[in-house]
Amino acid sequence: MHSHEAHAQNISNMVQLLLALPFFIALILYILAVIISNQHKKQWPHFRTICWIIGSACALITLIGPLATLSHIHFDAHMIGHLLLGMLAPLLMTLAAPMTLLLRTLPVNKARVLSRLLKNPYVRFIRHPIIASILNVGGLWLLYTTSLFNLMHEHILLYVFIHLHIFLAGYLFTIAFIYFDPTPHSYSYVFRSLTLVAALAAHAILAKFIYANPPHHVPATEAELGAKIMYYGGDAIEILLVYILFYQWFKSTRNTIHSKAATSSR
Amino acid sequence: MTNTYEKQKPKHENRFQYKKQNMWTGILFGLGVVAFIDEVIFHQLLHWHHFYDKSTAAIGLVSDGLFHAFSFFATIGSAFLLADLHRKHGFWLKRWLGGIFLGAGTFQLYDGIIQHKFMKLHQIRYNVEILPYDIVWNIFAALLIIIGMVLLLQTNQKGR
Repeated sequence: MHSHEAHAQNISNMVQLLLALPFFIALILYILAVIISNQHKKQWPHFRTICWIIGSACALITLIGPLATLSHIHFDAHMIGHLLLGMLAPLLMTLAAPMTLLLRTLPVNKARVLSRLLKNPYVRFIRHPIIASILNVGGLWLLYTTSLFNLMHEHILLYVFIHLHIFLAGYLFTIAFIYFDPTPHSYSYVFRSLTLVAALAAHAILAKFIYANPPHHVPATEAELGAKIMYYGGDAIEILLVYILFYQWFKSTRNTIHSKAATSSR
Repeated sequence: MTNTYEKQKPKHENRFQYKKQNMWTGILFGLGVVAFIDEVIFHQLLHWHHFYDKSTAAIGLVSDGLFHAFSFFATIGSAFLLADLHRKHGFWLKRWLGGIFLGAGTFQLYDGIIQHKFMKLHQIRYNVEILPYDIVWNIFAALLIIIGMVLLLQTNQKGR
């Protein structure tokens, strides 16, 4: 019995390490890229580096260590993990503009290959705001309203897949709405704003749905607390996202005012 | 009051050009502010409203989610629209205030009648005679709308 538990503990530790590894590597690669590219390009903004480090930390504390272990047992801890891994880490890592860094660090011919990859029809498709929203929020609906949530805790591969999906879909979702990296196919601010309202509403509706209909085997009190964490915690991060979207919009319309004033004064 | 306003007038020389934007900036802000006040006072401080009422209809959840997302969207968006009006020297205080009252009252009335009553999202307060609360709530909403309309009509005539 005891050895069985120890065995399960070992597997759980392995999974945690496996999931944390890509984020750890990405963190080191980012810092290396900053150091290398700073040698022959102008200084990479510290703000971006700090965003990447904190964003990676948000993902890492969700995937490895005490919070990761607690998330298995308690739904409210799991929901904090969702906020950190699926929302805050992607937002901070978007602000860090990793593609821009990569493009300026790679030799020209390799950078060309990368930028061609970014224009690939598949990337274009999944970066569409509506598709990215379905992958992100739709995925959450699937996870919490079907038996997937239980299966996730029973099957290791599913657990790994879902956690990677939560991060990647969250990142995709963020870069579909706010542009810090090269964006070959950009969409209008009106279209992005309307889609974002719908997506954030779907997130809020899901939170209240979980409050009333807890996933299987989740005690009602934990589900209620988890739902509130998702609802209000989600708001805090979404406010940042909306603020950045509108700020970019505000800045982009600056030029049109000057030209309008110039034409009317003529 | 009017004197200081007259002195500032050159700053807002384009305001007639941006009548519509002043109104909509106010409406969006009013809507967002009421949703925020509702959340802070009735949900968090007084605990009168419930996060989720067992009698909530599915449409109530959808409506709540949409308005919730839209309310902070509107608040942030209207702040940028306000900055934009100032940038264009087109800010019009009275018209903007009219928009705020209209937006606040409209949302209050929607919340009080459609969301509380028809969608049974949650009630204003529990374990009390609810009728007086509903009456005060909705009359207050109507008052806000009337003030908003008056302000907007007044600024509408000054226009051209």
